[in-house]
Amino acid sequence: MSNQSATITEAPKTAQLPRTSIVTLTVNGEQRSLRIAPWTTLLDALREYLDLTGTKKGCDHGQCGACTVLVDGKRINACLALAVMVDDREITTIEGLTKEGSATPDGLHPMQAAFIEHDAFQCGYCTPGQICSAVGLLKEGHAHSREDIQELMSGNICRCGAYPNIVDAIEDVKNHQPDRA
Amino acid sequence: MTTNYIGKPTNRVDGYAKVTGGAKYAGEHNVPGLTYGVVVSSDIARGRISRIDASEALKLNGVLEVFTHENRPSLPWFDRNYQDQDQPPGSPFRPLYDNEIQFSQQPIALVVAETFELARYAASLVKVQYVREPHGTDLRAIQGQAYAPSKGKPSWKKPRPRGNAAQGMEQSIFKIEGRYDHAAEHHNPLEMHASTVVYEPSGKLTVYDKTQGVPNSQKYISRIFGLSKAQATVHAPFIGGAFGSGLRPQYQLFLAVMAALQLKRSVRVTLTRQQMFSFGHRPATIQRFELGADAEGKLQAVVHEAIQETSQFEDYTENVVNWSGTVYQCDNVEPTYKLVKLDTYTPLDMRAPGGATAMAAYEVAIDELAYAAGIDPLEFRLINYTERDPMQDLPYSSKELRACYRQAAERFGWSNRRPEPRSMRDGNELIGWGMATGIWEAEQKPAMAKAVLTADGKLTVSSATEDIGTGTYTIMTQIAAETLGLPLENVTFELGDSSMPEAPLQGGSWTAATVGSAVKSACLEVQKRLFEYAGSMPDSPLAKADADGVVFADGRIHLKHYPTIGVTIQDVLRHSGVDRIEEEVTTLPDMLRQKKYARFTHSAVFVEVKVDEDLGTVHVTRVVTAVAGGRILNPKTARSQVLGGVVWGIGMALEEESVLDHQFGRFINHDLAEYHVAVNLDVPPIDVIFVEENDTVVNPLGVKGLGEIGVVGTPAAIANAVFHATGKRLRDLPITLDKVM
Repeated sequence: MSNQSATITEAPKTAQLPRTSIVTLTVNGEQRSLRIAPWTTLLDALREYLDLTGTKKGCDHGQCGACTVLVDGKRINACLALAVMVDDREITTIEGLTKEGSATPDGLHPMQAAFIEHDAFQCGYCTPGQICSAVGLLKEGHAHSREDIQELMSGNICRCGAYPNIVDAIEDVKNHQPDRA
Repeated sequence: MTTNYIGKPTNRVDGYAKVTGGAKYAGEHNVPGLTYGVVVSSDIARGRISRIDASEALKLNGVLEVFTHENRPSLPWFDRNYQDQDQPPGSPFRPLYDNEIQFSQQPIALVVAETFELARYAASLVKVQYVREPHGTDLRAIQGQAYAPSKGKPSWKKPRPRGNAAQGMEQSIFKIEGRYDHAAEHHNPLEMHASTVVYEPSGKLTVYDKTQGVPNSQKYISRIFGLSKAQATVHAPFIGGAFGSGLRPQYQLFLAVMAALQLKRSVRVTLTRQQMFSFGHRPATIQRFELGADAEGKLQAVVHEAIQETSQFEDYTENVVNWSGTVYQCDNVEPTYKLVKLDTYTPLDMRAPGGATAMAAYEVAIDELAYAAGIDPLEFRLINYTERDPMQDLPYSSKELRACYRQAAERFGWSNRRPEPRSMRDGNELIGWGMATGIWEAEQKPAMAKAVLTADGKLTVSSATEDIGTGTYTIMTQIAAETLGLPLENVTFELGDSSMPEAPLQGGSWTAATVGSAVKSACLEVQKRLFEYAGSMPDSPLAKADADGVVFADGRIHLKHYPTIGVTIQDVLRHSGVDRIEEEVTTLPDMLRQKKYARFTHSAVFVEVKVDEDLGTVHVTRVVTAVAGGRILNPKTARSQVLGGVVWGIGMALEEESVLDHQFGRFINHDLAEYHVAVNLDVPPIDVIFVEENDTVVNPLGVKGLGEIGVVGTPAAIANAVFHATGKRLRDLPITLDKVM
């Protein structure tokens, strides 16, 4: 390769910023208003504007599942949704799961309790996403076997490799709950 | 006794925080007035920045500053100011130091703005012109430039030949020769590297960093920015995985601290997933083996060469070729270790550095030799079993590897294996069974710990160590609670704060042994004080007791032989008149004793794979691994450690590969869609057996550490199983379907 000079990054001529607006989100049953840009993702809105840092950023590209939250009960990647798109929806994060229909004295959702019992995490960073994903999975009612669970949980990466324990935890909850399918 | 916790499966004490989202990681400490830094990365691998123009970015309302080499604050020139505890010999990378580009994705600017979105957008407006220079990133192409490093990292051992390998090869009846490559791999902890620097009104910095050693990060920023210990503390109460990526301070720490000091504002810098491929990684390695065995299958010669990549500016070294001379008995060993300088960032220790690399190749070569000799691979390893470390010529402090082989083989059903390749199938799938040996060092380092028992009977123990998911919080709590006979819920273990008593980097599988010994020792000092106070209580039933004659259990101190005679710890504290007992200790390994023994953790891994004959896809369907890791403190978290290691082994064998595009000198698959790690469906049931192993040498607790042993051996067991299934000997990792076809 010969010596050469090249402009690598081309920028737009004028830097025009889109205007921010007030968006009201319903998160964990509470209405929260925040002033954000139209390009603010749901993930950044939760973490940086609402201090709900239980929802994790692991890639910001929909590739790892760490940001999984429930929107109207369905699991989605919060990094792939803009906050303005979900202003009329019910958003449940890991922090909200704790309150939701707890079966244990410490206020834990059965899935959270099962994750502790089965040691279904190590560093804990993917854990809120795994738990929200697992809750969404059981609501979907498509998992009939261990392999189904594995397939349907493969969008949630656990770099520590707790997968066998994650599946054990989900099976445990599934077997102790009436089938919602 | 109800307060005996060591060896009992115990749920993680930090579990509640982790499952509720309450655990705060480095990039999650939100403070009023926080600003956000986004890193601009170099597009080229080598050359110079001829022009960098941030004017468009700076025009935006809310952009505070764009730091580049042109306007950065004055920085120290000497390499020693940039030192860290895991540094190879050479000249450490200095972010924004000058206009020189040393590797692709080198950080060249930091854009700081009031919001993350704004900083990210402004970063896209920074215009950069480069003068490119030719780069070299192709290890295979330039391996002719390999050189033997004269020195390495402190942990590096210069390879030592023994006997006469050429003669050994000549005398051998069975011989094999082969080359074994594996690609670079990136740690990719799920949490991206981040640092939040909180700028206190007094000017003090409270830094939350993703690190495997808060003392390391604290000293690093202190030396560079001239900060005293009081001016900057570093905290890492939770770390979202690291696997070695946090052993050196990464550049986001430097950039966040620099920006906070300049702007007098709190700053957070979080790297992107793409930028997680811009620093240390497991180095790509080319290995070559020549092995020979006699008619009985006894190893007569081991020739092992390894060529690894390093950067232009540091000589990163691993113990690779040393392992082949350690695992089995062999008198003639010839190890050669060389480096090649590439225009990439310096490699970095990644889970079982060197060992995972060496054993992924050596245990395949051993399998080949076993096949050449017509001996069952397990039997072959037993024939070459050694009761003494042949490298150091020392006895083992303990070695229950034979029991590992036996128990794992039994559980797996190895005796039902048909030895010929392609002899087992299930419909369209070829079944393969393979096995391998694992080995890792059992080390102990010096460490400090502090124990504070307060009048309410609560114990707080602290040490500036880490819990990267290993279970440190939990096992230290267990050790402390049992030593003082307190209920688990009365004991808190704190870590990840640079103002705590110092501990070494969390790495090398030594934390349980190292910090565990310090925690135990600190609690024993508290015991002594309690015993003194107990004896001087009015009408004390323990007034005439010896320290050796009492037991601390169930919240009481009682006579060993008359458990009903004793006092409660609460009563002792009440009568003592003190409101707290505080003991800080420094625990050193018993070097005089330890150096007389070779100290290793061992494992045996047995794997079943199914290979689709038409598609070449490989699925691991069963894993049994038996580990001899000394005393197991917590079978629950210990099993998780080994599970994780095995999952890493699956990734290393079948998936993980950081692909360099040599045209650009850049890791081109730099995201989690294209850098494949094992996902849930890739991981079969994993049976973990802990073989009983009593070791009184390694450390006072008898623990050996489990963080790395799971990954050593697993890739080779998988590769050997693929051979058994298909008859194809695949020596390049990862074993992707194109290679199987």
